Order: sequence, then C-alpha cells, then structure tokens
Amino acid sequence: MSQPLEQLLVRLKDWLVLQCPPAAQGLVAALIPAAAIVAVFASLFALTTLLERKGLGRLQNRLGPNRVGPFGVLQPLADGLKMLIKEDIVPRDADRLVHLLAPVAMVVPVLLAYAVLPFGQRLVAVNFDAGILFFFAAGATTELAVFMAGWSSRNKYSLLGAMRAIAQMISYEVPLILSAMTAVMAAGSLSLVDIVGSQAGYHWGWLPRWHAFTPWGFAGLLLFTIAATAESNRTPFDIPEGESEIIAGHLVEYSGFKYALFFLGEYLGMFAVSGLGITLFLGGWHAPVPALEWVPSVAWFFAKLFGFIFLFIWLRGTLPRLRTDQLMNFAWKFMVPMVLVNLMVTAVWHFTRSWHFSGAGLWRWLVGALLLAGPYLWLGRALAGGRRFGPRSYHYAS
Amino acid sequence: MLITLAGAAGAMALRNLVHCALCLVLAFGGLAALYLQLGAEFIGFAQVLVYVGAVAVLIVFAILLTRNSETRVERLSAASVPLGLGIAVLVAGALGGAAWFSGFAPAAAAARPVAGVRSIGERLMTQYVLPLEVLGLLLTAALIGAVIIALKEPGEPG
Repeated sequence: MSQPLEQLLVRLKDWLVLQCPPAAQGLVAALIPAAAIVAVFASLFALTTLLERKGLGRLQNRLGPNRVGPFGVLQPLADGLKMLIKEDIVPRDADRLVHLLAPVAMVVPVLLAYAVLPFGQRLVAVNFDAGILFFFAAGATTELAVFMAGWSSRNKYSLLGAMRAIAQMISYEVPLILSAMTAVMAAGSLSLVDIVGSQAGYHWGWLPRWHAFTPWGFAGLLLFTIAATAESNRTPFDIPEGESEIIAGHLVEYSGFKYALFFLGEYLGMFAVSGLGITLFLGGWHAPVPALEWVPSVAWFFAKLFGFIFLFIWLRGTLPRLRTDQLMNFAWKFMVPMVLVNLMVTAVWHFTRSWHFSGAGLWRWLVGALLLAGPYLWLGRALAGGRRFGPRSYHYAS
Repeated sequence: MLITLAGAAGAMALRNLVHCALCLVLAFGGLAALYLQLGAEFIGFAQVLVYVGAVAVLIVFAILLTRNSETRVERLSAASVPLGLGIAVLVAGALGGAAWFSGFAPAAAAARPVAGVRSIGERLMTQYVLPLEVLGLLLTAALIGAVIIALKEPGEPG
C-alpha cells in the first residue's frame, strides 16, 4: 500500500537529483540520504540530551534544567555553545594526532551504520545484501576509537578506563550479535529490508507478526536490549565513564568540542543500536494495528525509537551501576548461554512451522517459552551463589 | 590500494608501536575496500568486523600489556639492510610468481558468479563443512587455552 509521506520524500529526492548536471547526479543521489541522516539524528541527539536531563531530574525527584527557555527547551543550544567556546586542552605529553583522531574515529563509523537502517517503507539509504553485517562491522570500529582515546591521553587512569571499556564492549558484542542472529534465522536473509518485510501482516487480523511476539523474539529483544545498553556504555553498565568512579575513564583528558564529539558518538551509537533492535524485533516501520496504518511509517519508526530512548533514560535513573566483574560475569556466564539457548528455540520454532492442528500456535509458543524459561531460572539460581533474596526493606533518613 | 600499501609500510616503518598498530588497522581497512571493489560484500564486511574489530584490538592489548610503551624502537643497524632487501625480493618473487602463473581466466568476466550470502552459506554447510568444523575446533581450543592461561592457580595469592 502506498504511504504518502514516503512517496513525497522519495519524489523530493529524485527531483533534487534531476536539478543537478548529469555528471554529478550519482554523487548527489548518494549525498542526500547521508545529509538527511546526519541532520535528523544530530537534532535527535540535541533533543535527547534535554529529555535525558529532564527525565533523570524527575526520576531523582528534582526538576531538570528549567532556566534556559520555557521548560529548559533551549538548554541543548546553551550546551552546544558552551562546548564550542571551551578551551581545547591537550596534555603536554599526549600523542596529538591520535588524540585528535579518536573522536573522529568514534563518530564516523557510527554514522556509517545508519546507512542500512530502514526508516520507512522506501527510506533506506543503502540496501546491502549483508546489511546487518555492515552494521556490526561499523560498530566494531568504535572499540578502537575508545582505545585511541585512552592511550593518547598518556594518563594511566584513562588507559585503565579504556581497557575496561574495551573489555566490556567486546564481551557484550557476542550476545548482541548472536541475539540478532535469531531474527536473521527467522527471516532467512541478512538484509535489514528483508527482515522488516518478514514482519509484515497480522495474525488473525489484529496481532502484528513482529518477531517480539514469539518466544524467541521476546527473549531476543530482551537480550539484545541488555547487550545494547552495555555496548553504548549506559548505566547500569557505565563503569567506563562513571562519574563517581574513574571520572570519565578514557575521556578524562578531553575537553570542549572533542568531548562533545564523544558524547555525540555515544548517543548516536545508542540510537543506531535501538534502531537495529526495532528493525529486528519490533517490526521496523510497521504499524501495530491495522486501523492505524495510515500514519506514515517514518512516524512509527521514530515513535518506537522514542520508546527505546525513554527506556534507556528510565534504566539510567533507576538502576545502580554494576561492578566490572559483575558485568563480565553477567556477559559470559548468563547472557552467552541464554543467547545460545535462544538460537535453539528459534530453530525449534522454525521447524514446527508445519504444525497446523487447532491451537498449534499456542502449543508452539508454550514449547518455546518453556525451553527458554528452564535455563533462565536454572542459570539465575546457580549464578546467585546461594544468596536468598527476600522482600526489600527501605530505611529512610529520619 | 594505495591506502593499503601506505598503511602496511607505515606499520613496518614507524617508531612508536601504537602508531604501527593503527597503520595496520588502516591496511586492514584498505583490504576491506579492495574486497568491496571486487563486489564481495560479505567478505568485505566480515573483514572489517573480524580484523578491525577483534584482531586489531587483540594486537593493541598485546602491545600494551607486554611492554613498557615509552621505549622507542631502535633504528635499523646498517648490516641488516642488504639481508632484509634480499629476503624481501625472494618473498615478493615467490608470491608474485604464484599469483601470475595461477590459472586465472580473464576472458570469463561475463560469467562472474554472484557470491550472495545464501550461496556462501549453502556451500559452507555442504561442500566446505570440514574446514568449517576444523575452524570451530581450532577456535574452541584457543578459547580453552586462553582460559587456562588466565586461570588462577589454587593457592596463588591474588
């Protein structure tokens, strides 16, 4: 079915390309989506800094920024201006070239990763055959940027922070990629456009065929979200940049605009991996009910993205930080086995496709859920170390 | 191609080891670009994911954890230059000769096989399943070895 907003955007792009001389048309056709992505996501970054500070403030029982503009809406402008006019301090012994390149090496691959996300029905910058691999390849380069930042500052604390950050990012890449593989298995293709396409339609006319409504998809979404939180160094996994721990870890010697670039890179990474989670498990740009399909698909994508952002802000304001060893134990001892079990459950789901007796869907769901719940409960009990968790008692200062 | 060669040359010639590692990363990136130019998308992205994402980080960790990084690499001694040149010529001759005389048919450009992901996957599971399994075994052995090396001996402090 035709989506009017997407058609309008595609026609606008084609018209703009035709305005240019034929020699430059290929280049312009490639540049327009890139410019659109940068513009949209950079403004989303600015909006998110405001939302985060207000959201965290309300979660912590205080008002967020409310001085600059009504309800603080001009705060991102003030922050941007502050970052731009700050003095750029580079330590005397620092490796100047690597110190300069590290923020660039952080932001550029993350922006590349947006090229394969389908934002709307016909809004993909590039439709690679191996789209999801491109996304993960672009994300893997971020670790090197973290190392460059930590190393070039010639500061033993920033180096320690960088090592811990890299260890964390590498450990959580395994559950991230393997949980994404379940959606790839179900859709039968590595191309993100195909994966979104395999989630079209509705069961019985009202339940969307999103992967998140299957047992393996639900577990996959949860595992993917946890791994994504860890990959973007957000609380509860933000040991690398915990403000009360190692100050800013690998970023301690950065000031002004370079720090803003790192900040931008981290938030853009968060948006990108949320976008991937939406594409893989939450149906991409599909609407949740058939009655609302007239809403532009881009709007659905961004609505789901805002849901993810809200979830990340909520987690940040609520959960305490995990220690490095707790974090690594969680990754290797809990998430990797769960992700492997999830892969097997996906296979079971796939091979029971041909069950067509009445109530078959329900039975498939139950079998999948039980196959997942068993290891989850057993691992959880085993890893708790025999500690009993009773009901909490809160002590308030009197 | 130029970026790959420049990166590789830099990886050998620079004095600061971490700069060498970063030039090696540049060389890996250049290789990935070469794969992409040849139309092998899957291999190109896998190259970035595996080499830049994992192998480069491994090399960097190895450098950091095993040497005092303040020391600069010494200049080459004068006697080793002709020996080095001789070995370089021999290796280049062997590799170049092997590439030149292997049976590439340049006239078969019309019948270029489409190396889609599906066909790669199917071949891996049917025709090349033995190398796949051997690789899996090798990686498992490496993982177990790493865990054993890092494991604390019973009774050792810390």
